[in-house]
Amino acid sequence: MCLPAIAFFIVFAYAPLPGSWIAFTNFNYHDGIFGSPFVGLRNFEFLVKSGQLWNLTRNTVLYNVAFIVLGNIVQVALAIMLNEIRSKYFKKVSQAVMFLPYFISAVLIGVIAFNLLNYDTGAVNALIAQTGGNPIKIYSIAGLWPIIIILCHLWQSTGYGSIVYFAAILSIDTALFEAAAIDGASAWQRTRYIILPSLKPTFFILLLFSLGGIMKGNFGLFWNLVGNNASLYGTTDIIDTSVYRMIISQNNFTTSTAVGLYQSLFGFALVMLCNWIVRRVNEDYALF
Amino acid sequence: MHSSDGRPAAPSVDEQVIGKTATKDERKKAVSKSGVVVAKPRKVRADKSDYALRGVSYLVVTIFTLFCVVPFVMILSASFSEESEIMAHGFGLLPRGFSLTAYEFIFKSPRQIIGSYVVTITMTVFGTAIGLFIIAMTGYALQRKDFPLRNWISFFVYFTTLFSAGLAPTYLWIARELGLRGNYLAVFLQLLMTPWLIILMKNFVRSVPHEVTESGKVDGAGDFRIFLRLILPMMKPALATTGLFLALGYWNEWYLSSLYLGSTVEFKPLQYYLYNIINTANALKSSMAGNNVTITQLPSNTLKMASAVVATGPIVLLYPFVQRYFVSGITVGAVKG
Repeated sequence: MCLPAIAFFIVFAYAPLPGSWIAFTNFNYHDGIFGSPFVGLRNFEFLVKSGQLWNLTRNTVLYNVAFIVLGNIVQVALAIMLNEIRSKYFKKVSQAVMFLPYFISAVLIGVIAFNLLNYDTGAVNALIAQTGGNPIKIYSIAGLWPIIIILCHLWQSTGYGSIVYFAAILSIDTALFEAAAIDGASAWQRTRYIILPSLKPTFFILLLFSLGGIMKGNFGLFWNLVGNNASLYGTTDIIDTSVYRMIISQNNFTTSTAVGLYQSLFGFALVMLCNWIVRRVNEDYALF
Repeated sequence: MHSSDGRPAAPSVDEQVIGKTATKDERKKAVSKSGVVVAKPRKVRADKSDYALRGVSYLVVTIFTLFCVVPFVMILSASFSEESEIMAHGFGLLPRGFSLTAYEFIFKSPRQIIGSYVVTITMTVFGTAIGLFIIAMTGYALQRKDFPLRNWISFFVYFTTLFSAGLAPTYLWIARELGLRGNYLAVFLQLLMTPWLIILMKNFVRSVPHEVTESGKVDGAGDFRIFLRLILPMMKPALATTGLFLALGYWNEWYLSSLYLGSTVEFKPLQYYLYNIINTANALKSSMAGNNVTITQLPSNTLKMASAVVATGPIVLLYPFVQRYFVSGITVGAVKG
C-alpha cells in the first residue's frame, strides 16, 4: 500500500540527491554530472570570497527571525483578543476574513503590492499626491523593503497562525478563570498568569518547527514582491531567490548547486542541533 | 519520528496542547461544526479591566479584519475602473469611474484564459483525487501496528523534509534525465503529495480504532478491501482537510510551471498565466492577441487587476464552503511524526 508513495519519494526526492555532486565540478551539459571536471571546493571558495554567501545567509536568517519573533507576538496577541470577542456573528465574520489571505497564491500578493506601491498609479502614491506630497519610487528604495516584506508576511500568516493559539486558549480549564476572578484578578493578571503560561507548549513546538526551517526562505513571497529588481537585492535577496535566478536567467548550475547544498547541510545541522537541545530540556517537545 | 518507535501511542501535539485540560467533548466544542472557533461561555463577573480589554479587542480585531479585506476590495474596484481615471489619480479603495473594458478585453478572445482554466481545473481535480487516495492509503498503512516496516518507511518519508537536493540538481534530474521539460506532468506529479500531508494523514488515522481493521480481518477481507470499505468512509473529515490542501496547492501553482513549462506550452496554468500578465508587458499583449491593438492602447492597469480577479475569483467564492476544514487542518496540523 505504501509503494506508490515510496516510488514518488524515490523519483522526486532521493534520485536528485547524487546530483549535488555538481557543486564540486565545473559542470557542462556535454560531459554530464559525473563526467564534468572536478574542481574541489572552488565553487564554494568563490561564493565565500565574493561575500555573496554571507549576504544571502544573513538576509535569509534575519528575515526568518523577524517572521518568527514578530509573527508569534502578533499571533498570540490576536488570539487573546479573539478570546474576548463575545458576539457570535462578529466572531464568525472576522475569523472567515482573517483566513482569506492564507488562501491566495503568492502571485496575488505581487498583484496587491503592485496595486499599492507602483510609482505611477499605486494607491500609496495616489494618497501622497492627494495630500500634496511628492510620490516616492518605492520599487527603487532598498531600505523600505524589509518592512514591506515583513508586513506582507504578517498579512498573509497572522489570521491563520492565531487560530492555533486560540484553540490552545479555549482548552484552558475555565475553573482557573473563575478562581482568578474570585481572587480579584484583573484582565492583565489573567492574561499574564493563566493564558500566557498555558500557551508555552504550543509556542515551543511551533518555534522548533520554524527554527529548523530558518535557512529556507518563503520563496513565493520574495520573488513575487521583488523578482528581478536588482536595485533591491542588497536587502531582499535570500538563498532561494538567488538560486532560482541563477537557474532561470543565467543557466548557472554549478554555483546554484553549491548554494543549495550549503543551505541543505546547514539547515540539516540546525534541525539536529535544535532537536538535541529541546530533547535535553524537555523530551516531550522534541521532534524525534 | 523515533518517538513513535518505543511509544506507539505517543501523544500528538494537539493532544499535548489541547488534551491535557480538556475532555474530548470540550475539544469538539472548541472547533465547532461551522469551522469557527467558539469560546465557551464563562460565568465570571467582569471588572473595569475586563471591559477595557474587551473594548480594545473589538477595536483591534475590527481593524485587522479590515486590513485583511481591503486589498481584495482594491483589486476588485480597480478592475471596474476607467483606465484614464487610474492613470490620472492612481488606484483607490473605490472604483474610479465605471467601466467593463478590462473584462471585455479578456473575454473578447478568451482562448488563453479558457485554456488556462481547463489546464488548472483538470490538474486540480485529478491531482487532488489521485494524491488523496495515495496519501490516505500510505497514512493508513503507516499507522497499522501489524505492519513491520512502518517505522522505516515513515522515516524514509520524513527524511526528505530534513535533507533535500537543492533546486538545481532536482531541476536537472526532472527536466533533463526524465525529459519532463515542457510536460505538464512535471508540475502535476510533483504536487501529488508532500511528506507533511502524509504525516498529517497518519495522525488523522490514529483516531480510527485498530479494532475496525481487526473486525475486517475476522470477516476475511483483504487489506485493500478493509481500507476501501471500512477505513476510507470513516476518514471523511481527514480527507476533506487533506484534499483542501492538495487542491490549493494545485490551484495556486505557478512556481513549478515557471521552472518546467516556461513558454513551452500554449496554455499556462492559471496562476502562472497571471504571473506573466503582471510581470511582463509582452504577455499582456500576446494573451490579448487577435485584438489588433498596440501595447499603448491596452488598458494595462485595469487589465492586470481584472486578470487577477478572473484568476482568483473561483477560489475565493469557494472559500466560505471549505473554510471549516482549514481549521481542523491547523489544529491537527501542528503535529510531530
